[in-house]
Amino acid sequence: MGFFRKKKKYVPITPLRTEEMKQRHAQIPDDLASACPGCHEIIFKSMIGQDYLCPKCDYHLQFPARERVDWLMDEGTFREWDQEITAANPLEFPGYDEKINKGQRLTGMNEAVLTGQGELEGLPFAIGVMDSRFIMASMGTVVGEKLTRLFERATELDLPVVLYIASGGARMQEGILSLMQMAKVTQAVSRHSQAGLLYCPVLTHPTTGGVTASFAMQGDITLAEPAAIVGFAGKRVIEQTIKSELPADFQKAETVLENGFIDRIVSRKKQHQGLHFLLQVHQKERTVE
Amino acid sequence: MKAYETVQKARDIHRLSTIEMINALCTGFVELHGDRAMKDEKSIVGGVGLINKTDPITIIGIQKGRNTEENIRRNFGSSGPAGYRKAIRLMKQAEKFNRPVLTLINTAGANATPESEEYGIGEAIATALTTMSELTVPTLAIILGEGGSGGAIALALSDEVWMLENSIYSILSPEGFASILWKDSRLASDAAEMMKLTASELLELDVIDRVIPEAEMSNEELAAYLVPEIVTALANLKTVDANTRLAKRYDRFRKY
Repeated sequence: MGFFRKKKKYVPITPLRTEEMKQRHAQIPDDLASACPGCHEIIFKSMIGQDYLCPKCDYHLQFPARERVDWLMDEGTFREWDQEITAANPLEFPGYDEKINKGQRLTGMNEAVLTGQGELEGLPFAIGVMDSRFIMASMGTVVGEKLTRLFERATELDLPVVLYIASGGARMQEGILSLMQMAKVTQAVSRHSQAGLLYCPVLTHPTTGGVTASFAMQGDITLAEPAAIVGFAGKRVIEQTIKSELPADFQKAETVLENGFIDRIVSRKKQHQGLHFLLQVHQKERTVE
Repeated sequence: MKAYETVQKARDIHRLSTIEMINALCTGFVELHGDRAMKDEKSIVGGVGLINKTDPITIIGIQKGRNTEENIRRNFGSSGPAGYRKAIRLMKQAEKFNRPVLTLINTAGANATPESEEYGIGEAIATALTTMSELTVPTLAIILGEGGSGGAIALALSDEVWMLENSIYSILSPEGFASILWKDSRLASDAAEMMKLTASELLELDVIDRVIPEAEMSNEELAAYLVPEIVTALANLKTVDANTRLAKRYDRFRKY
């Protein structure tokens, strides 16, 4: 009877065309589909629209900086500033150059922020967009320099600033020099503010650390995207400190708004309209030339 | 492992403290309390004093405890938003009455708790930075022990930044740094070597303006040594007109 008992519960299949299968697999791009962080449904890249919203739940997916600029601004109006400044390794930190190269390959950008000027429905403004695919858009000397120049030039040109922020905070690999960027950018924001110009940060996922503790919280009107994490210390760090778990909505933009540190949460579908209105309200009277 | 020895010295709770420095510097001092919004944070001490019985000064400093009881009251020298908002209030007061601001720093970093986040520690530090960048009175910051991260620079956007010889100033604790980069906080001493957090290294990087030698001085001796140095530095800053001083401060931090 042993013969029957040995019967297996599964049938082994020898893959006959392994080589062919491997080749076919290799032809499928890695980023063809991914799970939405919001609803966990599988979404195909081809289903994602120009605004990078999850087609199933409207979750605000990571928005590549250059595409965000194209999506937001009037066609053909964007002029990039300081494109040529490239990330460097000032403290010669081991392994950092490779990280920079990877970020550059992923984004096609020289550093984690894109700056420039353009128009939204005909209203001129200066813009910065941070791209979290580039070393979590952390702030080192070059990110700090580009942002400082953004505010300095906007002050010179009498332009409001809209800054799409995403950042893991100060960039560890540049050590104390990253910390100094908090002071450097703050000063430029302050001068821009003293010139009576509007600064409108838009906090996107995630906005944390030294960036939250400087220019993310120095705006006149602070907007945020739905469900973006906005905080200073990392959630895990705090959980370790207090030795217990924190609720799921901890540091969510909606919570931070309730706590009083964000003016409005604006979904991407309403950002054109919302930003245009704010630019219109804060338009400086220009002398007609 | 020399850098890590400095880290340990910087953390010694028996080092020269904010209160000891205030007592040495001022012939009279009144501590002022509260941020007018939430509470009085005990890890940040601030108030108004007189130097040589004649010259008014605002002093704001971070105070660690010398024993467990005091440390709990002072939250181990890690301030939440209320402390930074008290500092902002006292800085604006100094601006109004045109007296210099001395800040004394000794913190592992701002307080990382849910309450701290709830009441906007990020915004409090950000506004402290803005306030310091706009002060037209002379400002001097001295790092006495630990100068940890955002909680330290929030009080160090000054005309001049000095460090005591065995103090440290860094973006993160060496333990935190090691755990982020190598997922192992036990490698802190290796991290400390790499991080350039000692006074001499930071002077070389032009992050600070002066290193104050500690030699083997007692706290009293060190404070006594510092008094004329602080008085002279503030007097020198005062001789420069406010616009020039502001422009210089801008350039000082613009260069990084």
